[in-house]
Amino acid sequence: MLKPINLAAALLALSLASPLAAQDGEPQSGGTLNVVIQPEPPSLMLGLVQNGPTQMVGGDIYESLLRYDFDLKPEGQLAESWEISEDGKTYTFKLRQGVTFHDGTPFTSADVEFSMDKFLRESHSRMRTYMEHVESIETPDEHTVVFNLKQPFGPFIGIFEPGTAPMIPKHIYEGTDFATNEANNTPIGTGPFKFDKWEKGSFIHLVKNEDYYMEGKPYVNEVYYHVIPDAASRAVAYETGKVDVLPGGSVENFDVSRIQAMENTCITDKGWEYFGPLSWMWVNMNNKPLDDVNVRRAIMHAVDRNFAKDALWNGLGKVATGPFTSSTRFWDGDTPDISYDPEKAKALLADSSYNGEKIRILGLPYGETWQRWAEAVKQNLSEIGMDTEIVPSDVAGWNQKISDRDFDLAFTYLYQYGDPALGVSRSYMGSNAAPGSPWNNVANYQNPETDKMFEEAALMANPDDRKAAYKTIQDQIVSDVPNIWLLELGFPTIYRCNIKNPVNTAFGVNDGFRDVWIDTK
Amino acid sequence: MIRFILGRLVKAVFILLAILVFNFLLIHAAPGDPAAVMAGEAGAADEKFLTDLRARFGLDQPLYVQLWIYIKGAVQLDLGYSFRQQMPVAELIGDRLPATLLLTGVAFVLSLVLGVIAGVAASARQGSWGDTIISTLALLFYATPLFWVALMATLVFSVWLGWLPGFGYSTIGAGYTGMAHVLDVAKHLVLPASTLGLFFMAIYMRMTRASMLEVSRLDFVKTARAKGLTRGVIQRRHILRNALLPVITLAGLQAGQIFGGAILTETVFAWPGIGRLMFEAINQRDYNVILGVFYISAAMVLLFNLITDVVYVIVDPRIRLTT
Repeated sequence: MLKPINLAAALLALSLASPLAAQDGEPQSGGTLNVVIQPEPPSLMLGLVQNGPTQMVGGDIYESLLRYDFDLKPEGQLAESWEISEDGKTYTFKLRQGVTFHDGTPFTSADVEFSMDKFLRESHSRMRTYMEHVESIETPDEHTVVFNLKQPFGPFIGIFEPGTAPMIPKHIYEGTDFATNEANNTPIGTGPFKFDKWEKGSFIHLVKNEDYYMEGKPYVNEVYYHVIPDAASRAVAYETGKVDVLPGGSVENFDVSRIQAMENTCITDKGWEYFGPLSWMWVNMNNKPLDDVNVRRAIMHAVDRNFAKDALWNGLGKVATGPFTSSTRFWDGDTPDISYDPEKAKALLADSSYNGEKIRILGLPYGETWQRWAEAVKQNLSEIGMDTEIVPSDVAGWNQKISDRDFDLAFTYLYQYGDPALGVSRSYMGSNAAPGSPWNNVANYQNPETDKMFEEAALMANPDDRKAAYKTIQDQIVSDVPNIWLLELGFPTIYRCNIKNPVNTAFGVNDGFRDVWIDTK
Repeated sequence: MIRFILGRLVKAVFILLAILVFNFLLIHAAPGDPAAVMAGEAGAADEKFLTDLRARFGLDQPLYVQLWIYIKGAVQLDLGYSFRQQMPVAELIGDRLPATLLLTGVAFVLSLVLGVIAGVAASARQGSWGDTIISTLALLFYATPLFWVALMATLVFSVWLGWLPGFGYSTIGAGYTGMAHVLDVAKHLVLPASTLGLFFMAIYMRMTRASMLEVSRLDFVKTARAKGLTRGVIQRRHILRNALLPVITLAGLQAGQIFGGAILTETVFAWPGIGRLMFEAINQRDYNVILGVFYISAAMVLLFNLITDVVYVIVDPRIRLTT
């Protein structure tokens, strides 16, 4: 029966239900999975390109040593077991036996060494920085890999997922120019699905890996990723039954409740724990009067984030407490107050060096919701007497403006990769503030104290020590307000209820459809 | 005639070159580059990632060198390489062109034929009920934004009635061959082609009607009537032929756009054509793809302008061609 359901309540009910395990009876084999992909990926070679759509398709083709549950606890994937030495400097992985790449070549420790040490160091910017902590890699036998670290690096155990550390076939890439290797068009991994066909502009077709090393898996025969460029058409694609899975962000937020009311439709906000997408506005502290902490605090208290959540994001997501997403390790909810309080904002502004300057707000060119959000913030700021204008741009222009620091306030959202040392510190370290990149410390926040603590906390062996350090860091940064933190974004995955287990890990649909099965009863 | 055509072709080559240079400079004046866009989508990138990409794409060269390399290739009909899709641009465009030609071609023929017929019918009995209905519909189609028509058509015929597929080029994974495939594509074509065709049909209709009415008041029509020719013959041979000239001008313009694709229609209906390729390339600053599509569509506009001029002569022998 088509009746509107309160989305927030539905989500709550979902999260109260037991985890999305295989509690729906015996898995069935067979069937076709139809999934929306947006935008069309530039390539499926996960070692070279790491954008969202590449990860989504690549996650079926490539695998890493581990995968992570909703609490970011590691589980074995290509590794059967693993051990971390007492001093936190030696990581030993025992690999699964009998694993082969899609072309039949066995997967061994040499592939791990090649992927981590050669390929990804060369082509993967995040991995390049992580691998700086590694002194050497040893492969005592075909199924054992030992990483010797220069010093303890807490986040290290969290990097073995396909988007960060995909296992790449050494026999295909060794000694070639990785970027121009012909094999990039026919990607080969160890994953549950094999690449079959990519009709540019229409679809990507993957077929079941019959030789997959897990008995009976994968269950479905084939996966079609449909390229549909218009958000309204993507909604129609689901409504007319052409696709069965709408990954997070596929449809506009205002369409979600209509689709969710359809029969046999399930929705989950899980599967984003690792990414922990956090939205905020960069505050350009190179510009006056934004270097004045009272101006920044005034803006922070003036922005009505609950309104944005309810009106623009359909109640999805959470109001941020500071620089950490609540699913990121060492998050602390007890940070200084940054709640909506226009009166306090006015008082702070009166005490500040703000003299009616026009503040330029750079919106994020990612669709309707973001546009409206910039308008809502403009409204909020005018209520406390700030003069603002919204600067329009497209994606490339936005990148350029952020790199050049050509803005006053700029919307953004970034992933946290589960650990503050991987995804948070990069936005606040004083040494990481040089213009020219849109992903470093864009606001130019300079605080030697937090810099030092960030550096030390990343290298602590004991998680309790790290927790204490990150608590202090969060309190300090929140009281300095280098950014206007907005929402922990919620990107619900919508799917037909008879499709079982589309979201199993902290990576959601990006972790491959290894466990998915279709209930035809 | 031959001299005229040759002269125009020589001019066209120079115009095309000027268009290429202008487009090249225009695109490079836009903020951001393909390396930054690709890095932006990954959500993280260091200096090495960007410099590697730029070196690979040849963007580390001075602009005039890049321009020279591009023009040199373009003259030899080499459209270059897509940075993003890692494919030759000619191949990318070749893959997408059939879908676009099918869509725009069908829309073109449909709108021209139906538009002219409706225009003639409306003008035949000016002020009658038929005329009022046709004119009102034409005004409606003319004034309604294309994207709205597209969305409503999908909603009605695809979501509510379930008669026609709402998007795509063919049923993915159905594996149809032969006649079944043709039928399948035809079904997918109905909504986008009629959406795209409606607007032009309205224009042709209005133009034909106005032009027919104007011509029908001229003296030679009175003469024809006085001669005792039948109404049908006068309409067809005397009025319509003379009234068609402005319609041909417009049809020539539309025909030139056939190769440029239809960005909006292709996007809403997920039609894998050139228009979408270009639109996405612009957003991604995939320079060579943008320039390649511009190149082809500019060449086609020039070609169809020439064809239009030749058709004038055939339709109206009074017109003489001079270079």
